[in-house]
Amino acid sequence: MKKRHPNEFLMQGNEAVVEGALAAGCRFFAGYPITPATEISEVMAVRLPKVDGTFIQMEDEIASMGAIIGASLAGVKSMTATSGPGFSLMQENLGFACMAEVPCVVVNVMRGGPSTGIPTYPSQGDVMQARWGTHGDHPIIVLAPSTVKECFDLTVKAFNFSEKYRTPVIVAFDEVVGHMREKVTLPRPKEVEVIDRIRPTMPPEWYIPYEDTPQGVPPMASFGSGYRFHVTGLTHDIRGFPTLRPDEVGPFMDRIHRKISLGQPEIQMGEFFQLEDADIAVIAYGSVARSARRAVVDAREKGIKVGLLKLLTLWPFMRAAIEKVIQTAKVLIVPEINMGQISREVKRVNEGKAMVNTINRVDGLMITPGQISRKIREVS
Amino acid sequence: MQEVTKLIYKYLRHDKKFPHVWCPGCGTGIILGSLIRAIDRTEYDKDDIVLVSGIGCSGRMPVYVDFNTLHTTHGRALTFATGIKLANPRLNVIVIMGDGDAMAIGGNHFIHAARRNIDLTAIIVNNSIYGMTGGQYSPTTPYGMSATTAPYIHIEQEFKISELAVTAGAVFVGRGTVYHAKLLDSLIEKAILKKGFGVVEVISHCHVQYGKQNRLGSAVDMMKWQRDNAVTVQQAKRMKPEELEGKIITGVLADKELPIYQDEYNKVKERAKEQISAM
Repeated sequence: MKKRHPNEFLMQGNEAVVEGALAAGCRFFAGYPITPATEISEVMAVRLPKVDGTFIQMEDEIASMGAIIGASLAGVKSMTATSGPGFSLMQENLGFACMAEVPCVVVNVMRGGPSTGIPTYPSQGDVMQARWGTHGDHPIIVLAPSTVKECFDLTVKAFNFSEKYRTPVIVAFDEVVGHMREKVTLPRPKEVEVIDRIRPTMPPEWYIPYEDTPQGVPPMASFGSGYRFHVTGLTHDIRGFPTLRPDEVGPFMDRIHRKISLGQPEIQMGEFFQLEDADIAVIAYGSVARSARRAVVDAREKGIKVGLLKLLTLWPFMRAAIEKVIQTAKVLIVPEINMGQISREVKRVNEGKAMVNTINRVDGLMITPGQISRKIREVS
Repeated sequence: MQEVTKLIYKYLRHDKKFPHVWCPGCGTGIILGSLIRAIDRTEYDKDDIVLVSGIGCSGRMPVYVDFNTLHTTHGRALTFATGIKLANPRLNVIVIMGDGDAMAIGGNHFIHAARRNIDLTAIIVNNSIYGMTGGQYSPTTPYGMSATTAPYIHIEQEFKISELAVTAGAVFVGRGTVYHAKLLDSLIEKAILKKGFGVVEVISHCHVQYGKQNRLGSAVDMMKWQRDNAVTVQQAKRMKPEELEGKIITGVLADKELPIYQDEYNKVKERAKEQISAM
C-alpha cells in the first residue's frame, strides 16, 4: 500500500483558506456565521487558540470588519470571511481600511444573489462589488482561487500583498470551490514565503506615518510600540491628521493608487493554458475555470485551436494578459456564474479587436464543461 | 502656567493644527480635560493608551491628544476597540462616542460589547442631539422637544444610556455631567481602572443646536440646568419617583464583578492546547 505523504490532506476549499491564513501568520479572526463561508469561522475557532491566536464571533459583519482592522492596527495579521449579504455589510469599513491603509484579508465565498438569494448555491456575482462596493475611488486587490490548493496558496498571497502594500485584500471564490474537497499537498511551514509589513526603525519623533516612499508604502507602526500616531478615515496629511487642503488630499489619493499600480507585475497572476497558437481563448476564473479547462482539452482533441486564460487575480484587472491573448486569438469566450461582470472588463480592454462571447448562468447551478464545449464548437 | 494647564499641555499634540473644531462653550472640551486628568491619575504610560472614537463632534477628540489614536467609522468605534484589545491586551483602550454614535447606528455594538465584558472603557457624550450635522434628533432627544428633523414636536421616547448599559451587563456604569467636572474626573478614572467593560455617560450640552432650537439659553444657562437638576445616587435613593422626574442621577450606578473576556479566552487557549498534547 502506498504510504500517505505527511502533508497530504483531503480537504475543502474553505478549510484550505484557514490553513493558508495560519501559514501566512494570521493570528486574529473575527466573523459572523453565513452560508457558504461558515466552515472558515468554525475551523478558525478550533485552530487559532492552539497557536496563541484569537477567534471571536462578532454581532454582525460590520463589527467583524471593524475588529480585524483594530487587530491589524495593534500589529496582528487578521482576517474575516463571509458571503454576499455579509460582504455588503463590510463595505464601509473595508473602505476605511483602504483609506487608513490597514492590511487585512476578507474572504468572500460567493453565493447566489441579489439579497438573500440562493445561500447554498454558487455564484460569481460579487466581482464588481469586490471592486467598487465601498464608496469613493480606491484601489483594491481581489484574488480568485479555483482549486483547493489555490485556496491555500492565494490566501498566503493575499496576506503577503496586504502586508506589502498596506491594503485590504479580498479572496473571492464561488461556493463550489469553497465546499469542494480535493487531495492537496500542503507545503511545510518553512517552505511558505511570508511577508510582514515594514515597521518603522527610526526614533518615534522622526516617524511620519503617511509619508511617501519610492514604492508609495510608508512603514506601519503598531499601536503600543512607542510610535504614537493618529489614524482616521478622513483624508489626512502625511502626519495622519485630517486635512481639506487640495495639495495634501491629491498626493495622498495618488499615492494609494500608485502603490498598487507599481505592484501590478507581481499582483496580477494568471495561467496561460494552450494559448500559444489559439484562435479561440476562454477567459475564466473560479470553478468555471475548471470546466473551461476540460472543455479546452476536449476541443483540442478534436483539433480546435483553443486555449484558456485562467485569472487568479480579478483586480487590478489583467489588461496586459488580455492584450497578449488577443494578439493571436480572434474569438474570446468569457463564461461566468453571473450576468456578465468580468466580460465587461474584457470588452473594455479588447476595444473591439476580437469577438467576445459570453456564457452566463444565474440559475444557481455551476457552468459545466459541456456548456463551454458547445460554445467553442459554435464559434470555431 | 497653572498646574492644571501644565498637566493638560503634557498630553496635547503640539504638531496638530489647532484651534479645535468644537464651538465656543461646547462641553466636549471639558470632557477631554476630564479624560486627561483621569488618565494622568492612573499613571498609565502614553504608549499604552489607545483612544478610539466614532463620528461626530466627540469623534474629533482623539486627534488632539498624544496617545495611540484612532478615528473610526460612525457607530463602529467599539468594534475596532475590540480588535485592538484582543490583539494586544496590554493596551488600555478607551472609546469616546456620542449619543447618536453609540445608541443609534452603534447601538447593537454597544450592548454586545457590554455583554461580552471585554476590558474596555466607553465614554458617551450625551448632548441629546446630532450636533455636527446640524441639530437632528437623536435616540436621547427627550419626548416633546424640537430638532431640525422634528420641526413640529419630537414624538419618540429616549434611551436612558446608563440604565441600558447596566441591563446589557456592563460591570461599571457611571453618569456625570460636564458641570460636575470633579465627579467626572473620578468616574472616568474608576471606569479606566475597572477590569471589564466600563461605561461613563456624560450629560453635556449643545447650546448651538439643541439649546437654540429649544430655547434653553446659552452654554452657561444649560450648565446651570445640569447643576440644578443633578441628584446623586445617594440622594436619589431617598427620593420618590415623582420627585426624580426630569432629574439626572449622577455617580456610580453599577460596580460589579463578572468574568473578563480576555481571562476566559486564555482558558480557551489552554483547553485547545491540551487537546493537541492529548492527540
